[in-house]
Amino acid sequence: MSTVAQKQGFLAVLWDYLTTVDHKKIAILYLISGGFFFLVGGIEAMIIRIQLAVPDNNFVSAGLYNEILTMHGTTMIFLAAMPLLFAFMNAVVPLQIGARDVAFPFLNSLGFWLFFFGGIFLNLSWFLGGAPDAGWTSYASLSITSEGHGIDFYVLGLQISGAGTLIAGINFLVTIINMRAPGMTYMRMPLFTWSTFVASALILFAFPPLTVGLFLMLFDRMFGANFFDVSMGGNTIIWEHLFWIFGHPEVYILILPAFGIFSEIFATFSRKRLFGYAAMVFATVLIGFLGFMVWAHHMFTVGLGPTANAIFAVATMAIAVPTGVKIFNWMLTMWGGSIVFTTPMLYAVAFIPSFTAGGVTGVMLASAAADYQYHDTYFVVAHFHYVIVGGVVLGLLAGTHFYWPKMFGTMLNEFLGKITFWLFLIGFHATFFVQHFLGLMGMPRRIWKFLDGQGLNLFNLISTIGAVFMAVAVLVLVYNIIITQIKNVRVGNDPWGDGRTLEWAIASPPPFYNFKQLPLVRGLDPYWIEKMEGNTKMTPAEPVGDIHMPNNSFIPFVMSLGLFIAAFGAMYQVDWRASDGESFVWAIPVLIIGLLITLGSMAVRSLKDDHGYHIHKEDLLKDDEGGRE
Amino acid sequence: MDAEQKFTSRTWPESPEKTTLEGKNKFLGFWLFLGGETVLFASLFATYLALKDKVPSDDHALAIDMFELPLVFIMTMLLLTSSLTSVYAMYHMKNYNFQKMKTWLIITVGLGLAFLGFEIYEFNHYVHEYHHTFTSSAFGSSFYTLVGFHGAHVVVGLGWFLLLLIRNTNRGLNLYNAPKFFLASLYWHFIDVVWVFIFTVVYLMGMVG
Ligand code: HEM
Ligand SMILES: [Cu+2]
Repeated sequence: MSTVAQKQGFLAVLWDYLTTVDHKKIAILYLISGGFFFLVGGIEAMIIRIQLAVPDNNFVSAGLYNEILTMHGTTMIFLAAMPLLFAFMNAVVPLQIGARDVAFPFLNSLGFWLFFFGGIFLNLSWFLGGAPDAGWTSYASLSITSEGHGIDFYVLGLQISGAGTLIAGINFLVTIINMRAPGMTYMRMPLFTWSTFVASALILFAFPPLTVGLFLMLFDRMFGANFFDVSMGGNTIIWEHLFWIFGHPEVYILILPAFGIFSEIFATFSRKRLFGYAAMVFATVLIGFLGFMVWAHHMFTVGLGPTANAIFAVATMAIAVPTGVKIFNWMLTMWGGSIVFTTPMLYAVAFIPSFTAGGVTGVMLASAAADYQYHDTYFVVAHFHYVIVGGVVLGLLAGTHFYWPKMFGTMLNEFLGKITFWLFLIGFHATFFVQHFLGLMGMPRRIWKFLDGQGLNLFNLISTIGAVFMAVAVLVLVYNIIITQIKNVRVGNDPWGDGRTLEWAIASPPPFYNFKQLPLVRGLDPYWIEKMEGNTKMTPAEPVGDIHMPNNSFIPFVMSLGLFIAAFGAMYQVDWRASDGESFVWAIPVLIIGLLITLGSMAVRSLKDDHGYHIHKEDLLKDDEGGRE
Repeated sequence: MDAEQKFTSRTWPESPEKTTLEGKNKFLGFWLFLGGETVLFASLFATYLALKDKVPSDDHALAIDMFELPLVFIMTMLLLTSSLTSVYAMYHMKNYNFQKMKTWLIITVGLGLAFLGFEIYEFNHYVHEYHHTFTSSAFGSSFYTLVGFHGAHVVVGLGWFLLLLIRNTNRGLNLYNAPKFFLASLYWHFIDVVWVFIFTVVYLMGMVG
């Protein structure tokens, strides 16, 4: 079972990935599809910047511009940033805690396929009559009157992929609570594991309000409900609340794992224990908690009244405190360390000032009275790109370089990596720094074109040139990835030489059962501790024995496919009803068939026993001699 | 421990739902899931409260015009009792008494079906007597969404119990299916708790206007 190292055909590999429940392969699936959507979102961003490069431009029409702008935001947040973070969480967290797999391998795969089909569904809108066009926040006053099916694609696509995200969140929570290796106490968990833990808790409590909001929108648009129809007693502010009760925690769902990746990188390449570990953990938890208390700072101008605005302003400013704690701890980790400026470390060092700038504008925006000026201008656009690109995207790029060897067993080219880094960093600041001033000069966000002679020309042009730099940087990264995989130079367990945590103690990529013997964890940075004592391996916590493994399954794919099909039915039954049953007669049957596929595969899963299988001790020992892959 | 191992009532562990690692994971994961469900219902409650009695014109029925305490009281009693009977079922599950567990689960399902029957009657009543429908007003939309989500949960819970009963009729208890029964009954309790809130927030508070 375990020593099948022969070359497999393409179809066999494909089937393997379609049915896999191995967290390391699911990580690769997330990386590939997240990376794909990142490129799609990037192309959309370039179109936006081309349209705004010069005044009164006509590169795209106004309606198409709205669609591109909406899809850029939606794709980047839901289909690129989150899945890419999930890629690293899947690849690394089980290894960091010394586990053989996640708690629910089957659900792990289901979570991925739901995200995947939701994302595909959303993007099919481009080919089926037009994409959503009410912004990534899709405010109800705008979106319930949006014509065509664009918003329906948004609602149904996010509903499906959101279910996948929720499942992934629960899975990580249980994995981290129940599956830690002997000795891996909570206060010995690496920071990336901690931030995954807190981000997963945020997912658990933040996604249901989005689910409800999307349901209300779905009912209004597709089934004649009146939640947001003011003439029927409805209230569009409900959408804003539900969206932001989800939306603000969402930004912390994105940034916390990036904080985690950077924490690992700072400690590794400063060759020092992370400064203030306990404070870091506390700050992470506190940020997670406060993240739920501040959503109305997105609604200062709605008219909630001075008391509500004041409370939310103060709560918002309070988040800057634990964030500041983290910034100082990272700097003090570097202080006195013997720093190596690898590509991941460059990203980490650049992240500090970039992200801090975004935090500072955040505090400016948090001042409710001042926000009446900033709100819905390019100043806000500058703010959130500083935190998201300067924080999350730099974290993802750093993580790509840092964890690539662990995921693929090869090392990305450092020279090309540094070229990407510099191009991206310069491009990023060029693009977004000037947007602060555009905002202060009064340029509204989400605007299709601006006129000549208003002093906006120069900064917009600079912004577009910056975007070109970032695009080139990404192309260099893609090239880097391709040549690295073609050359295919294999690396050992600990290719950076300074690995501190458990994932670096095993092969790159790890065998499918991860740890032949569960490791004994004797403190924070367990692998580093062993290295300092002259050991090359972890001390095992158990003798070699049979290992229980889950079976592969095709059911998650089918289950998600069913919802994907049903979504088309739900959407087109609107036209069927509008035509008095004349056309689109297939809509309701398709809805029912899709749901039956999903429910049926759930029933199969529930009725058919699946106990997994065992890898036998003898095979494990054989692996040792022969070595696999 | 092997999940399919045969037991007697003496070797049956004290907490069979948490004896295997798989069971332990499911147990925790399901509690977390219920945490998420709580937020889901909280959002629905908030929406309902914001839209309660929000109708387009004066000739629409309001909460105070429609709700009748006797009917919802019977429904509440049915659901509360079904929670109790599912506790009995779990009691027998822990004592490795498969037959009695089955009996009590079937009673639970019966009570749940009765509840559903009343709910369908109730909705039908509002629609025909008061023209209070899903599309007639924002109030209607939010009422049917909140109560309907709960009703859908009841349907899922019943389906789950039935599926488990059918699948396991002839196999008895083991450490593979014990966690499944346990989680289904946990879910059933959650549904019950949500109903208590619906009873209070929608009906009792609706009666006072
Ligand atoms: C010190 C921490 C932060 C503070 C005080 C803060 C404050 C704010 C405020 C007040 C707004 C609303 C501005 C307006 O619409 O008028 C805002 C918008 C936004 N923030 Fe932050 N923020 C912080 C950190 C972050 C982080 C870490 C992220 C993401 C990783 C983020 C992402 C966003 C996004 C995406 C928006 C715009 C949403 C939209 O309207 O489309 N922020 N922030
Ligand atoms: Cu916010």
